[in-house]
Amino acid sequence: MELTLGPVLFNWQADDWRDFYFRIADEAPVETVVVGEVVCSKRMPFFARHLPTVAERLTAAGKEVIFGSLALVALERERRQMEELAKSEDLTVEANDVSVLRHLAGRPHAIGPFVNIYNEATAAFFASRGARRMCLPPELPAASVAAIAAGVPEVMVEVFAFGRVPLAISARCYHARLHKLTKDNCRFVCEKDPDGLAVETLDNEPFLTVNGVQTLSQTVTNLVGDIDLLRSAGIGALRLSPQCCDMVAIARLFREVIDGRREAREAEAALAEVYPGAVFANGFVHAEPGVRRVGA
Amino acid sequence: MELICPAGTPAALRAAVDAGADAVYCGFRDETNARNFPGLNFSRAEMAEGIAYAHARGAKVLVAINTFPRAGQLGLWQGAVDDAVAAGADALILADVGLIAYAAARHPAQRLHVSVQAAAANPDAIAFYVEAFGVKRVVLPRVLSVPEIAAITRATACETEVFVFGGLCVMAEGRCSLSSHATGQSPNMHGVCSPASHVSYRDDGNTLVSRLGDFTINKFAKGEPAAYPTLCKGRFRTGIGAGYIFEEPVSLDAVEMLPGLKKAGVTALKIEGRQRGRAYIASVVASFRAALAALEAGRPITGAGLTTMTEGQTTTVGAYRKTWR
Repeated sequence: MELTLGPVLFNWQADDWRDFYFRIADEAPVETVVVGEVVCSKRMPFFARHLPTVAERLTAAGKEVIFGSLALVALERERRQMEELAKSEDLTVEANDVSVLRHLAGRPHAIGPFVNIYNEATAAFFASRGARRMCLPPELPAASVAAIAAGVPEVMVEVFAFGRVPLAISARCYHARLHKLTKDNCRFVCEKDPDGLAVETLDNEPFLTVNGVQTLSQTVTNLVGDIDLLRSAGIGALRLSPQCCDMVAIARLFREVIDGRREAREAEAALAEVYPGAVFANGFVHAEPGVRRVGA
Repeated sequence: MELICPAGTPAALRAAVDAGADAVYCGFRDETNARNFPGLNFSRAEMAEGIAYAHARGAKVLVAINTFPRAGQLGLWQGAVDDAVAAGADALILADVGLIAYAAARHPAQRLHVSVQAAAANPDAIAFYVEAFGVKRVVLPRVLSVPEIAAITRATACETEVFVFGGLCVMAEGRCSLSSHATGQSPNMHGVCSPASHVSYRDDGNTLVSRLGDFTINKFAKGEPAAYPTLCKGRFRTGIGAGYIFEEPVSLDAVEMLPGLKKAGVTALKIEGRQRGRAYIASVVASFRAALAALEAGRPITGAGLTTMTEGQTTTVGAYRKTWR
């Protein structure tokens, strides 16, 4: 079983972003790294200048580098950018919107967790057009994951295994709205929350995380205890989504459990130390509300 | 522009047709449609009767099979497609790529529409469905401004349909797991959002607390109207501020946008509300019929006076105006 580092979903300072990937290249035991802006096109220019260097460094370290597309492509400028990305034949692209798949048909590509693949028929259709990797929607239960993986044995099927889980995307920017701004004049206020902005209920229950136009869980998905279940479901890779914690340590812990060098229960405790304050959840994979933690 | 109206029951279908709907959309009584609520929707026999009733009066019936089929159990959804075709549906409204592929291959003569749940928000996404499956119409997600709708319609080889009234998704439709995060029940998999089975209310003396699953969604002072606890329309707290951080409990009313939507080249206008009763259907359809008549005659469109029909009793034009973002 392989490990994939998903794209940074939050608005990190460009130099922090670059340094993060340099360290991943040097130290993280992951086979694949997805880079690029997936959430908001307005953030792209900031780290664009670092992107070639980062990709080169990761490739030199033996990682497969995949370029993720935007999840919501609404503006004409965004549509053109994504078309250009998809038509770059020297890059492997992960489509996060069907519009990008139009341009990728006929050559090998990946599909990210923002494209709706809920069953084996949809997976088979996309595989027939060249999809070689698919990271499935996070809300799918293990039974669905297994049926999909069985239906497309030629595809590397991946699930979202660590990080705050993306739950929704909108045309509206909630960071801007909270700061009494609009998306067009947002002043990039989301950069103040590199791990997302915590949302509590009026009864102070931890609930969601706002990241610009994206809404994520406040619980942190952690499937380290479900690795055997996922392996038997035919999963080929686990996706680790970058948060503000030591992602190299996170990757090492997952790697040790996959390789049978550490017990899952012990790894859970170690993960909690690496990401203090995180409340872990794994409900979706067990067909429960996503916020729940099953079997802990 | 065609007026497309919801029907959750055979009585609502008849009310919509009688009030002047050009087409009615409805679904089977199971998880295959995105309004899978108790007591709603159509048996196979009711669907055939409803289609006959509509056809006899010059109206069309569009059958929504717009949840995402459960892996390993595609038969339920494929059977719904076959049954809708056999019943004489004028079009199928589908969201799942695998199911659209099935319908296009199995029933090549059947007219197919792309559901709003597919979130086809730009010309390339729409072209994907047109080129791969020959779809004839796309229902646009509620994330676009009117100028963007015009640009998409110009650039697109199929018809476009937009929502003009009723419940308003704040998130891109078909790409939202908020409900399943809190309740385990999702629009994509189960055809429900913030389901009533998971809603509870608590009276704290001077405050009414509405909850969904294990979470407080809102609190209302005495006398304040208590909106249904739809997850994205609750009051929450952050380090920056508290309140309706996503959206207030508002509904969409785009009647004032009709001239712009006509100019944009939109083919069809859709009213949300398959969960609503006959009175709602008859009143909303009649009012939009009148607005469209005024538009055709070049008369000014007056507010439809439908605010009391909406769920939060306040309305918005949503993303149709760019500043909403």
